Amino acid sequence: MKENLENSPDSRGRYGIHGGQYIPETLMNAVIELDEAYKKYKDNPDFNKEVTDLFNNYANRPSLLYYAENMTKDLGGAKVYLKREDLNHTGAHKINNCIGQAVLAKRMGKTRLIAETGAGQHGVATATVAALMGMECEVYMGVKDMERQALNVYRMRLLGAKVHGVESGTGTLKDAVSEAMREWTARIEDTHYLIGSCMGPHPFPEIVRDFQAVISKESRQQILEAEGKLPDAVLACVGGGSNAIGSFYHYIPDKGVRLIGCEAAGRGVDTMETAATIATGSLGIFHGMKSYFCQDKYGQIAPVYSISAGLDYPGIGPEHAYLHDIGRAEYVPVTDDEAVEAFEYLSRVEGIIPAIESAHAVAYAKKLVPTMRKDQIVIITISGRGDKDVAAIARYRGEDLHD
Amino acid sequence: MSKITIADAFKNGKAFIPFITSGDPDLETTEKNVLEMEKAGADLIELGIPFSDPTAEGPVIQEANIRALSGGVTTDKIFDMVRDLRTKTQIPMVFMTYANVVYHYGKEKFIKTAAEIGMQGLILPDVPFEEKKEFSETCKEYGIELVSLIAPTSHDRIRMIAKEADGFVYCVSSLGVTGMRSKITTDVGAMVELVKEAKDIPCAIGFGISNPEQAKEMASKSDGAIVGSAIVKICGQYGKDAPEHVYEFVKSMADAVHSV
Repeated sequence: MKENLENSPDSRGRYGIHGGQYIPETLMNAVIELDEAYKKYKDNPDFNKEVTDLFNNYANRPSLLYYAENMTKDLGGAKVYLKREDLNHTGAHKINNCIGQAVLAKRMGKTRLIAETGAGQHGVATATVAALMGMECEVYMGVKDMERQALNVYRMRLLGAKVHGVESGTGTLKDAVSEAMREWTARIEDTHYLIGSCMGPHPFPEIVRDFQAVISKESRQQILEAEGKLPDAVLACVGGGSNAIGSFYHYIPDKGVRLIGCEAAGRGVDTMETAATIATGSLGIFHGMKSYFCQDKYGQIAPVYSISAGLDYPGIGPEHAYLHDIGRAEYVPVTDDEAVEAFEYLSRVEGIIPAIESAHAVAYAKKLVPTMRKDQIVIITISGRGDKDVAAIARYRGEDLHD
Repeated sequence: MSKITIADAFKNGKAFIPFITSGDPDLETTEKNVLEMEKAGADLIELGIPFSDPTAEGPVIQEANIRALSGGVTTDKIFDMVRDLRTKTQIPMVFMTYANVVYHYGKEKFIKTAAEIGMQGLILPDVPFEEKKEFSETCKEYGIELVSLIAPTSHDRIRMIAKEADGFVYCVSSLGVTGMRSKITTDVGAMVELVKEAKDIPCAIGFGISNPEQAKEMASKSDGAIVGSAIVKICGQYGKDAPEHVYEFVKSMADAVHSV
């Protein structure tokens, strides 16, 4: 198992049958160039030193592994630890990947970063590293998401990025990805497409995973120091799946550790208003990869829905699709209602306001933890902080509050 | 009647290759548009099967896809339209769609049906050389030619792609997505030469061609010109009344190409 996973993906970017490079010919040399550059730098000490320095001295890593004592007592089952990616600079795990890719892009001689964003967290993180490194930055964001995450739009502009509203399709994350890909085909020479999740054509899923894997690298060491043993379960929310793959990665060889990805079920997996890809999707090819997608019988991508703009995506990264196929990770649906309830719960019980995305993982933990023994341990990744969601949750609860 | 092939389109000189999105605004109009384009001098028809999220298309064709899908068109209905068309025309035709439309329908079922109803080829802009085998082996089995694309960024890849190309090579004239451009700055002539060094196969240039002058210039550098957005724009503008306008435009373009 271990050998297998260390070698994954194969040289053609495959995780089992998933992954690959389903992109226009115009982009092929760009992804080949990226793959070669990544191979050249990923074990280069100087490159890794630069990334680690920025992680530790700019992004506030390592992030805390916090023992949630109140939540543990309240739920009355396993001990609950929170991996606090919300404490990173810019308030989410997205900065890990952005630092890594921006350092790589700079070494490749690129001067301009483009990115898609859903909730705006990845857009903010990209705009942040662009400002730090003196690179140009343009972010593509669905018009519907710009409305529900207005504060993040302003943050990106404040950081010097240009934000393009994407009106096509459902005006959400999938359309932002499509538009960023289109833009990349128009301007490749000086531009790196800083994709925000473990998705898209090879080598993006591998690169994003490797930079996010710092989450589980740290948490594994931290839990061993705190408890002298590995956790029984690791929970993270999944849209494209970057915080989840980062949270899972270093536990994959440890078969005793359950890996649980929490998908956005929206109004429920039995409704059309859902974004739970593993629960409701089927095999397909989209956005450069083979994986599972929400789609109709003719392969038309479904207009998915979730209260969380960051999880409102009709696909899932290819490595998650593979971990699902081989049964190494479990994927469970969590509804809007459950997530909002968990958002309020963590705020009240621990004094931590999580991102609505992360609240999906908290919600499932609330069901799982009471069924476990007191000598067992659960780690929940709090992928981001919830400031950006406060106004939207207030509206969800019927309060007339605007950003 | 002998078997129709893509090669037929190139046997009488330069080829004019129009593209339209099937079902925009309905399949009846699409059928009429195809017959008008043939009458106007088209040599090969590219029939688009709409996809919800066409990542290689500019706004004009994106909107046509939405119009067609919201009108209720499906792959099966398009197959039925082609069955009907084949009783009326012998012009070579290829499908242009995205990998997922073929893959999710069932690759074998899609390609087998396309061959049975009288299609000659298939263009999948999101299937590059590296992923081609997954589709090309089934295409070969049923006699559908999977058309390869080369782009201004292909450089050293052109030889490799050309060597294994079938039907014709689709030379993408410009960076970016489909759509009308006032100027094409790429040295497409050089791209065509690289293809020809590797394989004796027709080359047609597409992306950005919107007027007879451009079409003529591109045809002079290759074996034909492909035009999509400029025609789709007319379909969008006139809807059910498009056929006569499509005829006029295609006639001007085909005449320009055939004058080379």
